[in-house]
Amino acid sequence: MTKPLKAGELSERESEFEIWQREYAAAVGSEKTVRNRSGIEVKPLYTPQDWQGEYATDLGYPGQPPYARGIYASMHRGRTWSQRQLIGLGTPTDYNARLLEMIAQGTTAVSLIPCNSVFRGYDMDEVHAELLGTCGVVANTVEHMEQCLAGVDLAHTSCAMNDPSPFTLLALMLATAKRRGVDWRTISGTSNQSDYLSHYVANHMFFRIALPGARRILTDHIEFCNRHLPRWNPMSVVGQHTQQAGATPAESMAFTLSSAIQYAEDCVARGMEPDAFLPRFTFFFDISVSLFEEIAKFRAGRRIWARITPERFGARDPRSWRFKFHGQTSGVDLTRQQPLNNIARVTVQAIAGILGGLQSLHTDAYDEALSCPTEFGARIAVNTQNILREEAHLTDVIDPLGGSYYIESLTDEMEQKILGVMAQVEAAGGMYAAVEQGLVQKMIGASARGFQESIESGAQTVVGVNAYQVEEGKGERQALPTPDPAKMQAHIAAFKAYKQARSQAAVQQAQDRLAAAANDPQQNIFERVVEVAEAGCTHGEICATLRRELGFGQPLVMV
Amino acid sequence: MHPPKVLVTKIGLDGHDRGSRVVASFLRDAGMEVVYTPPWQDIAAVVKLAMEEDVDVIGVSSLATDHLIVPKLMRALGAAGLEDIAVIVGGIVPDADEAMLLEAGVARVFHPGSALEEIAAEVVRLTSARRAVNA
Repeated sequence: MTKPLKAGELSERESEFEIWQREYAAAVGSEKTVRNRSGIEVKPLYTPQDWQGEYATDLGYPGQPPYARGIYASMHRGRTWSQRQLIGLGTPTDYNARLLEMIAQGTTAVSLIPCNSVFRGYDMDEVHAELLGTCGVVANTVEHMEQCLAGVDLAHTSCAMNDPSPFTLLALMLATAKRRGVDWRTISGTSNQSDYLSHYVANHMFFRIALPGARRILTDHIEFCNRHLPRWNPMSVVGQHTQQAGATPAESMAFTLSSAIQYAEDCVARGMEPDAFLPRFTFFFDISVSLFEEIAKFRAGRRIWARITPERFGARDPRSWRFKFHGQTSGVDLTRQQPLNNIARVTVQAIAGILGGLQSLHTDAYDEALSCPTEFGARIAVNTQNILREEAHLTDVIDPLGGSYYIESLTDEMEQKILGVMAQVEAAGGMYAAVEQGLVQKMIGASARGFQESIESGAQTVVGVNAYQVEEGKGERQALPTPDPAKMQAHIAAFKAYKQARSQAAVQQAQDRLAAAANDPQQNIFERVVEVAEAGCTHGEICATLRRELGFGQPLVMV
Repeated sequence: MHPPKVLVTKIGLDGHDRGSRVVASFLRDAGMEVVYTPPWQDIAAVVKLAMEEDVDVIGVSSLATDHLIVPKLMRALGAAGLEDIAVIVGGIVPDADEAMLLEAGVARVFHPGSALEEIAAEVVRLTSARRAVNA
C-alpha cells in the first residue's frame, strides 16, 4: 500500500492537476475536440486557472452593472418570470376563448400572434382561404381586436402584439382601448418582433414594406410610444429569428446586439435622448438545448449591453443599461420522430433560459414539429413552466451558476466570440448595411448548412433522428386543430359586409392622409396609422397604402 | 444523364426558408442544377418558371400550413400540360395531410429529420423516371 503524498512532495514531482491530466488521458484515450454550437472548444474540466476575472467589474451583484448575474436585485426570487405563451388560432372569437382559458391556467401576459396573411400585410379576402387562421388569429379591424381581447383588462394585463412595421395590431388595440375608455398611459406590453432587420434576414415573415420605409416607420413608432405610451416597449430586438434560421448562439447574440445599436443610432439621429428610449428596448431570444452555452450567451449579452449603452450612447440611467429579454424555447431542436421526447428538450431549454436570467418565457408545445400546436400540447408547455417555477427550486438562488469555473470561463469566451462577429458587422458599416449587402444572410446560411451536416455525419446526435430510432406508426398522432371552415366563411362574409357598410369617402380620406404622411418626412407615419385604424380602415388597406408609397420589400435571398 | 434540374420554392404566405435553403444548397453541391426562388410565390408564377426552366422536379417547402394549397399547384401544373414534372413537398406536414397530398399527385413528402442524401437520391430517381417517359 502506498503512503499518501504530502503537498510538498507533490510539487517536486507532479502536481495534483498533472495527476488528474494523466489519469484523465489514461481513462479516455485519444478524443476528438469537443466544441459547442458556437464553435468554442470545450475542455473536460475547468479549474480556478480558467477564470481570473474580477468579481466587482466582471460580474457584480444582481441589479448592478455589468449585470452578469442578472438585471434586477431580486431576480426570480423576488418576482418570477412572466409566462407569456404565444397563441393565435382561427377567428377572433376562437382566439379569445383560448386566451381566457390560458389566463385561467396561469398565463400572466397576453401574446397575440396573427394569421400569416396579417404578417404579410393582407386582409382575409386577399389570400387563399385554406390558409386563413391555421397559424394565428385572423384580425383585420378594430372590431376584430375588440373580440380578441374581450374580457381582458387592458389596464392591468401586459399585452404583446407580434406585428412589426407598420404596427397595425397595436394601432387596432389602441383604438379598442379608446372605445373602452382605457387611458393609453396605463397600457403595458411590447411591440414584439418590431425588429424588421431580423425578419429581413431570417424568416421573411411580417415583411411587407421595403427596408428604408420599414426603418422610418419603426423610428416613428418608437417616438410615438415614448410620447403616448409610457409603459409600452416599442422595441423588441430579436435573436430568435436568426438562431432559428441557423445562426449559432454566439452569432445570433451578435446580430441582435448589432441591430440594437443600429436602432439606437437611428433614434439618436432623429434627435431622441438615449435615456428616453433605451429603457424601453427589450430583447427576444431563442433558447436551444445546448444548456451551458445558452446560459453563457445570456450572461455575456447582458454584460456587452451594459458597456455599449453608456460608452457608445452616453446613457446615464441604469434602466438604459439593463438587458431585458424574453426567451422562447427552440422549435428547430424539436423532432417529429417520437414527439413526446420534445417535452424533455423543452424542459432543458427552459431551464437554460431561467438560469440565464430571462424576464419572460414561452415554452414550445411538444407537437410543434408535427403541426401547429394542439391544445393538449400547449397545456403541457404551460405546465412545464409551472413545474419549473413551483416544484424545481430553480428560483431559490439568484444566478446559481455564477462563480462556476466553467460558466464564467465560457461566458468570457462567448463574449469574445460575440464581439468578433459584431466587429465584422461594424466593419461592413453597421447592421443595416451588412444586411443590405447580404453578409448576415450568408453567415446564417453557412451555419444552418453546417449544423445539418453535423447531424447527418453523426457528429451531433439527435435522439430519434440519427440515433435511438424506433418504428412509428402513421396517423397515431393528434390531428391538427384547423379552424372551422364554416366559421371562417362567416368571418369573411362579415368582414366584406363591414367594408361595404363604411363611408367609402371617409375611408378614402383617411387613406389619403396616410399616403401624404408617408411622403412627408416631417410627419409621424405611425400616428397616422393609429388615426386611420380608428377611422375604420383595415389592416390590409393600411399596408397596401404604405407599400404603394414606400415600396414593397423583397428579401435578398441567397443559397 | 444530364444532372437533374430542380426548382426549390415556397408558395403561400410563410417565409421561413431555412429548410429550403439547406436543401437547395445541398442539391446544388451534389451537382444538380437548382433554380431557387424567394418565398411567397404565386402558384401561376411557379408554373411559369417550371415551364420556362424545363425542370425535372419541383420541391415545395412548407413550415406553416402552406402545403394546404399544393393541390392547387398540382391542378395548375396539369392544366399547363406539365403533369410529368414530379413535385416533392418538404416540411411540417401532418400525417393526414400527407395522404391528401399524395392523393393530389405529389410524388413524395419529406418530414423534419429527413437526410439530405435521401432527398437527393429521390430527386435523381424521379428525374430518371421522367426522362424515361419523355424519351
